[in-house]
Amino acid sequence: MPDPAPRGNILPLDTAPGHNRRRAETAAWLLMAEELRYERGGRCLLDGISFALSPSGITALLGPNGAGKSLLLRLLGGLIRPDSGRIRFDPAFDGSTGMVFQKPVLLRRSVRANLDHALRIARIPRRQRTGRIAELLVMADLTHCAESPARALSGGEQQRLTMARALVNKPRLLLLDEPTASLDPAATAGFEALTREIARMGTKIMLVTHDLHQARRIADDVIFIHKGRIHEQGPTTAFFAAPRSPEARAYCAGTLIT
Amino acid sequence: MLDGQIIEIVALSLRVSVFAVILAALIGVPLGALLAVGRFPGRNLATMTINALMGLPPVVVGLGLYLLLSRSGPLGILQLLYTPTAMIIAQMILVTPIIASFSQQVLSDLHAEYDEMLRAMKATRLQVMGTLIRDARHALVTAFLAGLGRALSEIGAVMIVGGNINHATRVMTTAIALETSKGNLRLAVSLGLILLGLAFVINIALVVLRTRLERQAHA
Repeated sequence: MPDPAPRGNILPLDTAPGHNRRRAETAAWLLMAEELRYERGGRCLLDGISFALSPSGITALLGPNGAGKSLLLRLLGGLIRPDSGRIRFDPAFDGSTGMVFQKPVLLRRSVRANLDHALRIARIPRRQRTGRIAELLVMADLTHCAESPARALSGGEQQRLTMARALVNKPRLLLLDEPTASLDPAATAGFEALTREIARMGTKIMLVTHDLHQARRIADDVIFIHKGRIHEQGPTTAFFAAPRSPEARAYCAGTLIT
Repeated sequence: MLDGQIIEIVALSLRVSVFAVILAALIGVPLGALLAVGRFPGRNLATMTINALMGLPPVVVGLGLYLLLSRSGPLGILQLLYTPTAMIIAQMILVTPIIASFSQQVLSDLHAEYDEMLRAMKATRLQVMGTLIRDARHALVTAFLAGLGRALSEIGAVMIVGGNINHATRVMTTAIALETSKGNLRLAVSLGLILLGLAFVINIALVVLRTRLERQAHA
């Protein structure tokens, strides 16, 4: 039974149902997952997933390979539907989300044209697009290569471009799926700085990672998931200081076998 | 005189075939995109039908169109039989399945790559199709050139619905057949060499485009 004591941005629903549910409903939250379940091929890949997500900061979704982290992120992003359970959003939340995937998928066009395409998909009027592209290029530090083919950029630049592209409609929630998994330390540092800056400007970020150091560096709180179930959630410092569940302890010690 | 005649025949061949390919592209590319992106009942049947139509015998197309356009046929009132328009329609029918099938293959591959990204952007079906067509444009041009090659070298359908009328519907393939049967081998060989040259040019263009495409894909 997880400890219901100090919580960070994540407000658990499944630990002490009555008390925590009331607390979650009265606290500010951006979205609330309730008993999400997802099955494929007769296997239950996610089960009993419940949590509330605060409106700000960076939440790391931690867990070993195959735990269901990316799947949960896709559920939250609306790319797939749960078999049961539901995701409720803060009524004030306009539903705007952006997603960045592990492998940057870019159009066979220039950096500028990639951003312009995303702005057109978001139905941003032409006269606003030029200014918005300039802003995004500065933010992602890509102004110097605005006219280069997007696929000719370095890995770090490509991932920063996908981040800028995910921000075209100024989303309230940004979902990042292991965005630095294939980047070198310098590119990772650049991406993390950008992530922190975006969070500081008020965008809620949910980051899937299995890099403990990264979670420790940039996350405000952690959700630990293993075999499709949430085993632990709480502030990053508390999680790493004293993981409560045996699975989280084993994961932090590097001995968890998937 | 001979040169003028050859130029007239080559020009008509190109005009008919290029128009046919443009019309086939206007139908075939959106159809291929719809089959690549859409999920609807009958999609597999439609795909199989288009693939089967790629092997459509030109004489059968010519015969079917002849029956439709002949004076006593349902479209006889249009008086299109033995006109370049009828030849364009015939070639369009033959080329459309080629372009649609090729488009579907190319756009399906690209869709598999772009799908999550475009869904995360909440792109509409039309926006997805537009994005795929734009990014696959070099590959699609190779389909158009393949279609043009097929149209230019086709004889059965244009002979039936065009009638091989001098100064009106005579194109390279029908002229070669006629001049050979008449024993006028000089004109037949000249036209044959021009047709061969065009086929070479089209194939060289195909190779250049494929190379550029591969370079772009790895960029």
